[in-house]
Amino acid sequence: MNLTTKSLLLLGALALAACNNPRAGGTFGGGGADGFGNDSGYGTGISTGELGDPNDPRSIAHFNQRIGDRVFFTVDSSSLTTEGRETLNAQARWLNSNPQYAIIVEGHADERGTREYNVALGERRANAVLQYLVSQGVSAGRMRTVSYGKERPVEACAAQRCWDINRRSVTVISGGLTG
Amino acid sequence: MKRIFQILPALALALASVGMTPITAQAQPLRLQITEGVIDPMPIAVPAFVAEDSAGARYTDALARVVVANLTGTGLFREVPPQAHIARITSFDAGIGFADWRAVNVQALITGAVSVSGNRMNVKFRVYDVVSGQQLGQGLQFAGTENDWRRMAHKVSDAVYNRITGEDGYFDSRVVFIAESGSRDNRSKRLAVMDQDGENVQYLTDGRTLAIAPRMSPTGDRVVYTSYDSGSPRIALLTLPGGQRQMLGDQQGAMTFSPRFAPDGQSLVYSLARGGNTDLYRIDLRSGQQTQLTNSPSIATAPSFSPDGRFIAFESDRSGTSQIYVMPASGGEARRISFGQGRYSTPVWSPRGDLIAFTKSNAGRFHIGVMRTDGSEERLLTASYLDEGPTWAPNGRVVMFTREAQGGDPAIYSVDITGRNLRRVPTQGPASDPAWGPLRP
Repeated sequence: MNLTTKSLLLLGALALAACNNPRAGGTFGGGGADGFGNDSGYGTGISTGELGDPNDPRSIAHFNQRIGDRVFFTVDSSSLTTEGRETLNAQARWLNSNPQYAIIVEGHADERGTREYNVALGERRANAVLQYLVSQGVSAGRMRTVSYGKERPVEACAAQRCWDINRRSVTVISGGLTG
Repeated sequence: MKRIFQILPALALALASVGMTPITAQAQPLRLQITEGVIDPMPIAVPAFVAEDSAGARYTDALARVVVANLTGTGLFREVPPQAHIARITSFDAGIGFADWRAVNVQALITGAVSVSGNRMNVKFRVYDVVSGQQLGQGLQFAGTENDWRRMAHKVSDAVYNRITGEDGYFDSRVVFIAESGSRDNRSKRLAVMDQDGENVQYLTDGRTLAIAPRMSPTGDRVVYTSYDSGSPRIALLTLPGGQRQMLGDQQGAMTFSPRFAPDGQSLVYSLARGGNTDLYRIDLRSGQQTQLTNSPSIATAPSFSPDGRFIAFESDRSGTSQIYVMPASGGEARRISFGQGRYSTPVWSPRGDLIAFTKSNAGRFHIGVMRTDGSEERLLTASYLDEGPTWAPNGRVVMFTREAQGGDPAIYSVDITGRNLRRVPTQGPASDPAWGPLRP
């Protein structure tokens, strides 16, 4: 698979995350326009896939809702919690039994830090998740990381409750694209 | 505040013009000592400029209002408003009845005149020390296009500020920033540029993808920022006005962000994140050659060159929390300079070279502060739920920064380096990440 194909696949994954999964993976929002420029020529690489029924263990909906597409971090940390490892173990099992999907691991930070430091912190968190998934047998070649820093909170409120859910990684699955 | 008027022999008005550049003999400055901040601002009067032709009449009030807004906006001056004036200026060259201005407690009087011919505009001004009844320096004239009328008022303001304080002004300058809109969990962030007073906003990106943390080149002709156009953070370089965009520093599997121009404008230093680690790199803008500057298993970001280009201040969490370090511009051993309580971020070297401004978070509060370049004499200028990202005015006397109210929208604020005169910079909507450009030629 050449690089262009690969980037198209990943962009397709981004688009699906945006269009189909506004609650669970909804860090892209904006009708899929965020994350890639419409006038860059990439728009042709988007394909549509089904999220499926969460009761179907092979569906993306199952991954997002039953397994959980995200893990949370403590303040200024990229260490995986026990709960986070359990979620990632289940993610890895699903990813290993559904090898046709490409994966983007997003890293996010809460708003209680400066902007550029938070981009770096988000990358560190995404990488921690990627490395853990690799340790559980998921091929690194299927995965890519992206950091959104504090730019894409799940929910914006100036309270502990929001900061806690915004310090997260999100494992975003593309819809049936393979490479 | 100390105020020392040095009264000069009255000088003849020298008028000449080439573009926007004033041509005059060196005007000796007044002395209004501003290093300690101002508790008691100097009262000034700026009567409507005199129209020297019918087309100029449209600008008589507008020019005076911009000059007043600039000068009073510094906190160093307060206006004695026109309705309190008992004298009128009807001719730019007539003598001044100083007693009438003393009677309303004016200390500095600024008079001006404007004419417009075709698209060409001429603006003249003089400054008077009312107390001694003397003109301060020579009159100056600016010539330019009518579209640039606000710039002419900024030029007048800069010259007046310089005459009275002895410092360079900062009014004829622009600020690149991020204009925000939409819900806070799905923000649209557009790169934009405005005059330092919030006017003349131009958008440089369409907002379909995130743009964050821009910086202007030392000559104001280019902007670098972090773009999410590719779906991942990447540094982008934009030529103004509205020119070509170029993506820089592409490395497989890496995110790049936090770009800053070197003082000569020929290279950038920036952060590259890969494999959970963020280091600083430098890219030569002519050759594209990239050089790694730090190599530490930690985050190194938010670099800032010293104005002489010899050093880079940056933020690193190599000690366990974010702190400020200084290293040679070619890389090498970094020396930590921040040792106070809390975390220190976003160091920015003053254009004078004497201070480093920073963001500090401690005990749940955020501050903008300044310290000497060795880390001594730390002073906090602000405190709020979230203040971050200081940027220096070209004269090193004022910083702008982003303030986000608790649960509210971000806005751009300015404060002088004494911690006085905190003001919101007017923007149409939520705004963040200001970066001040140079004084325009």
